[in-house]
Amino acid sequence: MSATPDTVTTPTFQLDGEEIPFQPGQTIIQAALAAGKYIPHLCFHPEFKPHGSCKLCLVKISGRPAASCTTVAQAGLSVESEIPEVQDKRRTLVQMLLVEGNHFCPSCEKSGNCMLQALGYELGVMSPHFPQIFPVRPVDASHKEILLDFNRCILCELCVRASNEVDQKNVFALAGRGISKHLIVNSESGRLADTNFSATDKAAQVCPVGVILPKRVGFAIPIGKRKFDLKPISDPGASAGCAEHAEGGA
Amino acid sequence: MTIQNKAEIIDAILARHRDKPTRLMQILRETQEELGWLSKKTLSMIARGTRQPLARVEGVASFYSFFHTEPLGRYCVLWSDNITDRMLGSVELMREMCKKLWLEPGRVSEDGLVSVSSTSCTGMCDQGPAILVNYRAIPHMSSERVGQTVDLIRSETPVSKWPAELFSISDNIRRRDILLGNISRPGDALRAAIARGAQPTLDEIKLSNLRGRGGAGFSTGLKWETCRNAEGSGADPEHYVICNADEGEPGTFKDRVLLTAQADLVFEGMTVAAYILGARLGMLYLRGEYRYLLDHLESVLARRRKDKQLGHGILDHAGFDFDIEIHFGAGAYICGEESALIESLEGKRGVPRNRPPFPVTQGYLGQPTIVNNVETLASAALITMKGGEWFREIGTEKSAGSKILSVSGDCTRPGIYEYPFGVRVAEVLADCGAAAENTQAVQISGPSGVCIASDEFKRKIGFEDLATAGAFMVFNNKRDMFLVARNFSHFFAHESCGFCTPCRVGTTLLKNCMDKIEAGHGSEYDINEIFKINHLLQAASHCGLGHTACNPMFDTLQKFRPAYQRRLNSLAFEPAFDLDKALSQARQMTGRDDADAHLKNTMEVKA
Ligand SMILES: Cc1cc2nc3c(=O)[nH]c(=O)nc-3n(C[C@H](O)[C@H](O)[C@H](O)COP(=O)(O)O)c2cc1C
Ligand code: SF4
Ligand code: SF4
Ligand code: FES
Repeated sequence: MSATPDTVTTPTFQLDGEEIPFQPGQTIIQAALAAGKYIPHLCFHPEFKPHGSCKLCLVKISGRPAASCTTVAQAGLSVESEIPEVQDKRRTLVQMLLVEGNHFCPSCEKSGNCMLQALGYELGVMSPHFPQIFPVRPVDASHKEILLDFNRCILCELCVRASNEVDQKNVFALAGRGISKHLIVNSESGRLADTNFSATDKAAQVCPVGVILPKRVGFAIPIGKRKFDLKPISDPGASAGCAEHAEGGA
Repeated sequence: MTIQNKAEIIDAILARHRDKPTRLMQILRETQEELGWLSKKTLSMIARGTRQPLARVEGVASFYSFFHTEPLGRYCVLWSDNITDRMLGSVELMREMCKKLWLEPGRVSEDGLVSVSSTSCTGMCDQGPAILVNYRAIPHMSSERVGQTVDLIRSETPVSKWPAELFSISDNIRRRDILLGNISRPGDALRAAIARGAQPTLDEIKLSNLRGRGGAGFSTGLKWETCRNAEGSGADPEHYVICNADEGEPGTFKDRVLLTAQADLVFEGMTVAAYILGARLGMLYLRGEYRYLLDHLESVLARRRKDKQLGHGILDHAGFDFDIEIHFGAGAYICGEESALIESLEGKRGVPRNRPPFPVTQGYLGQPTIVNNVETLASAALITMKGGEWFREIGTEKSAGSKILSVSGDCTRPGIYEYPFGVRVAEVLADCGAAAENTQAVQISGPSGVCIASDEFKRKIGFEDLATAGAFMVFNNKRDMFLVARNFSHFFAHESCGFCTPCRVGTTLLKNCMDKIEAGHGSEYDINEIFKINHLLQAASHCGLGHTACNPMFDTLQKFRPAYQRRLNSLAFEPAFDLDKALSQARQMTGRDDADAHLKNTMEVKA
């Protein structure tokens, strides 16, 4: 990098040996994605405050593991991301998410546009590895525009945050604890139809997997021609500036 | 009860808490005490009253084990399920109780009278097996007491009319040192603090080398200093003092005894902290299991208010205003973690926060807050009276002062032992009546701590060797250390808050793995899986619960491998799925259990 006046004043840290510039206050993943460097993530979304729950964004900073979405960047840090030890752990995390829910990709409307599936490919997940937990999570088809298939929920809380912070409707919340934690809907009946949710809500656009799906547009783009079918999730074309988030639904 | 009655009850409770959403935990508890359980309608009224979404209130209610969003029976019996209760026969006694009540564990009887199930350690390990009946603790369960409680339930005698001796809890103080031997008068530490001044008092705390007794061992002086220097923010800048009496670590019960025997010293420590920080409100976060302590603690607080040790102008010192509130937890170990505790105090799900910022700069309601363990605060009060120099002379160089141990398990004198730091495990064993030659292991600091074997009994209690929050569970040579670890794996799976992937899923996978090994279906493959999950939990968990959740398996695999080995079969991999077991439901339905209704023994199939 040439020493333009800009780089003299902009602090940087190292990510897998590459210098990444950052604005003070940015977290490591924010700076990396802005610089076109991909770090795996699921609960992080550039438009929302970092959450820090999925742990897919795990990196090693000066030899210590940390979540890159919540760790604030500092000049001179040495961050390791694409090293076997870290990729192994991310693979295990994807496998844990797969066995925790009920994911049948071939019949899922989100297949090809799903961040979990795409990460599975990216990390070389060949099987769920762990015994399936098979939770019972009934589908909510009550709403006229949107289907909720909780079987695929990875509990990233993006819909909760979007509905709260952007839509100001608080349609979603989390209930239960531990492995029984699950997404609920804000109505006495518990059904989406009895809320003021709308398909144009931000919360309808942010789900990284196939839970919040628009009805009647099913399989508009055939499987095989979808976003992550064409380009891997780490490809700047698929993820630069986090384009994978921009597109909602399917 | 009519709907109108119900609404009146809820309105009265809401009014008592000024409709504040931050009081949600207390509102839910009091409502449940009145109405028995928390129906969706009830939650809806509370949501409207506190002006927050119903789903958020539901989210809070369903997070805590002691809140019930399904009807639970007029009598709710919970058996403490720590390994020490099990060693005293809790499993068999619970079965006996269920049989007498014609009940399946976890189910409500058809007439809605009673349910019987288990709960995490209730902190009565020195007088187990213990139960909670409608959240009142009963120790020393025996066949006789099972019969007695079953009769009382069948006759529908209100719990408030049960014989008092059932609820009598002993302190079992076996060895006193500076804390439990304290005979100062209430107010002495406050007088010393005011005479010395705030900064000089803080200097004494720093000089004393006092470190936190809740587990992490952080310097108390430094914590208080950082908090004192932090500015409150917003329209209502404040500093807060929180006493952590969640005491959820299985095998730990010393805070219960400190709050019983030395409540003044604990409150005095909180008040000294308030004097140093300029705090006006203190909160004692008390675990729901210790509900029975409320009357005693409230009466101590009332006396202290009367004696001007709390309230406006404490000891006539103008501007020194401070009071203490008691908040109850509701069955969630994670709320002992300081940031989860603060969330809970704010009326939310007990999920640990992202840090930084730390509570000392942004804690309760975003204001600078100290969270300290009960024992830490009591020690701070002593230091205020007797000076930092006096305190640092006690114990060892790196661990000043004394440590209270909660001793339970295979020993003749379980109970509370206070020693200067540096005491050897062997000495504690001798004192509590556990013959070293018959003892194979001691679990130090509970499931999240370490399990030490007999060749380590010369090790010392202290931050430089065996750091501990107080639990000291003794296992004799006849105990099966695999079952100990298995019990702890169930504890962590039950208590994981579920926020982060590795712990939420990993603790359940670990539990399933241990159950699979216990059922005789485990192999070396499963042992490797345990190690693999351990690595992930250590590296990727969001908080201390996840970091330590595999410790029991890790330690016992290192030190007591044969306990696992003899359960493993020789195959490299054995599926957890058992076809014959899967048919058991069909057998139950058809009423058959003859040989032909079973698949061949799995061992034979393999052979
Ligand atoms: C899962 C978990 C549970 C904890 N439980 C308790 C507890 O019950 N009591 C306690 O004092 N500290 C507990 N802690 C430690 C607290 O987070 C905190 O460090 C402590 O209250 C600080 O007080 P101290 O400095 O006086 O020790 C727990 C920590 C974790 C991670
Ligand atoms: S529904 Fe989607 S966005 Fe919402 S928590 Fe589940 S996975 Fe995340
Ligand atoms: S480690 Fe466990 S208890 Fe801690 S935040 Fe994660 S899920 Fe919750
Ligand atoms: S992306 Fe960082 S924890 Fe989910």
